[in-house]
Amino acid sequence: MSALPIHARTLAGLAKGLKQREFSSVEITREFLDRIAASQPALNAFVTVTRDAALAQAAVADERLKAGGAPALTGIPIAHKDIFCTEGVLTTCGSKMLSNFVSPYDATVVARLREAGTVMLGKANMDEFAMGSSNETSFFGPVRNPWNTAMVPGGSSGGSAAAVAARLAPAATATDTGGSIRQPAALCGVTGIKPTYGRVSRYGMIAFASSLDQGGLISISAEDAALLLGAISGFDPRDSTSVDSPVPDYTATLGDSLAGVKIGLVREFFDKGLDAQCEARIREALAVYEKLGAKLVEVSCPNLPLSVPTYYVVAPAECSSNLARFDGVRFGHRCENPKNLIDLYRRSRGEGFGAEVKRRIMTGTYVLSAGYYDAYYLKAQRVRELISRDFANAFGECDLLVGPTSPTPAFPLGAKTADPITMYLNDIYTIGANLAGLPGMSIPCGFADGLPVGLQLVGPHFSEARMLNIAHRFQTETDWHLRVPAAYA
Amino acid sequence: MSLSRSDIDKIALLARLELTETEIPVYVDSLSRIIDFVGELDRADTRGISPMAHPLPGLAQRLRADEVLETDRHERYQRNAPQVEAGLYLVPKVIE
Repeated sequence: MSALPIHARTLAGLAKGLKQREFSSVEITREFLDRIAASQPALNAFVTVTRDAALAQAAVADERLKAGGAPALTGIPIAHKDIFCTEGVLTTCGSKMLSNFVSPYDATVVARLREAGTVMLGKANMDEFAMGSSNETSFFGPVRNPWNTAMVPGGSSGGSAAAVAARLAPAATATDTGGSIRQPAALCGVTGIKPTYGRVSRYGMIAFASSLDQGGLISISAEDAALLLGAISGFDPRDSTSVDSPVPDYTATLGDSLAGVKIGLVREFFDKGLDAQCEARIREALAVYEKLGAKLVEVSCPNLPLSVPTYYVVAPAECSSNLARFDGVRFGHRCENPKNLIDLYRRSRGEGFGAEVKRRIMTGTYVLSAGYYDAYYLKAQRVRELISRDFANAFGECDLLVGPTSPTPAFPLGAKTADPITMYLNDIYTIGANLAGLPGMSIPCGFADGLPVGLQLVGPHFSEARMLNIAHRFQTETDWHLRVPAAYA
Repeated sequence: MSLSRSDIDKIALLARLELTETEIPVYVDSLSRIIDFVGELDRADTRGISPMAHPLPGLAQRLRADEVLETDRHERYQRNAPQVEAGLYLVPKVIE
């Protein structure tokens, strides 16, 4: 019998224990709720904890488990990033603007995970409207990195990543517009997957940049990610960009051999900005893949260095349009005593949005304004096409790309808040996948000065099954993904 | 490229954002730097390249039949509204 404490188990391990009646859903849900409460002063990983509802859902799950034939995820507690609408529960998106917003409906991701039997522990903290790479832009205060609380957890899904790293939840939903799943997963030493654009419904997922946003997951292992991804993927008529293609059983191929798999090393990912210790960990991970029978080939994506400037035209442009809905009229923050309608709009928005969100809205407004649209937005969409072609060419020579997720391990709070461009450059290795709509993952591959380092995998469109297989095989050879910060062991 | 205070005033008006006196110089500085930074795109040769229209090649925006699928739930939705009367959202007087 495994003596592993409940919180240290993977989601797959918890599912097995529930099925074998080793423990009940109420027991494990209470355990995670208690851990969340104890961690909150130090980590601030949650905006809302739905304790009573969670225990009630867990009790229902226990009945279903007792009756038999319950879905595989029945009774598994998870956290939702506070960007996903949850019916009857505060949904803030990390913003003062939505600090009073109780969603009247569930996001499709939330509904599907509930139907799959999961129990919601609460809503994870995040950068405001998912705009940030350090979780320092949240109206509800920064999240701290469980490996070292002087450090950021990454962002924007910083609460989700910190929660899984500190084992406050076995898994959490997350979203990725420019690296917001993969970068915090890397900085917190957990597994993160951003699926192909259109694989997971965006309905009820508060929009930031609609041509880039994609919902996904943060978990302990690739196996756990495979279990959850199957539940959240698939066509949704309520999302006009949802793709109608079959969802494979992602768990079925996890153990496939890697013999002959061609792993591409993108030359541009190993640039002078990459920290030497991070590079060493990536090279060690590549050696593991060679041992598993994979072949390494060098490829080039010459336009990839332009991905950050491309993103900082496209994403703010889409954000300025999406965030126009926050008008102080129908929901969200409204200013006191508006003089007229324009005053109502301007003060409600000026007061309701934080500094970074306003910066992005204004950048987007500028690049879309009369006389500048061609020079910035159309130009960026042309470069985006070039970047996308670079990836397509690279996939002509290999099955999957592997490299660093982030140029450095976690950095101290406050270190990059003075200069937005320094902060933006954190996502230099992750943004390309969003621009091209490709699936990506980050998996733990070691440490640099006690802080986790993430290995990034990027695959062709709809290659999630292969990517999870390649991640899983690494995790059967290494145990980096099972390491837990001492304070939360 | 350097943006001026009046550029920021104009952008903030277009974006319907009220900025405080302390915020304005911060955005004059940071937006100027961001515009310089994205100006790097000029060095990419995009002659003959069409702007990307969809992240998945060959896919376009899906349309659906124009049918009523949702029921009227305005009462529920208006619970989040700052000011409602008789099922209507209240705003300051628009027409004098």
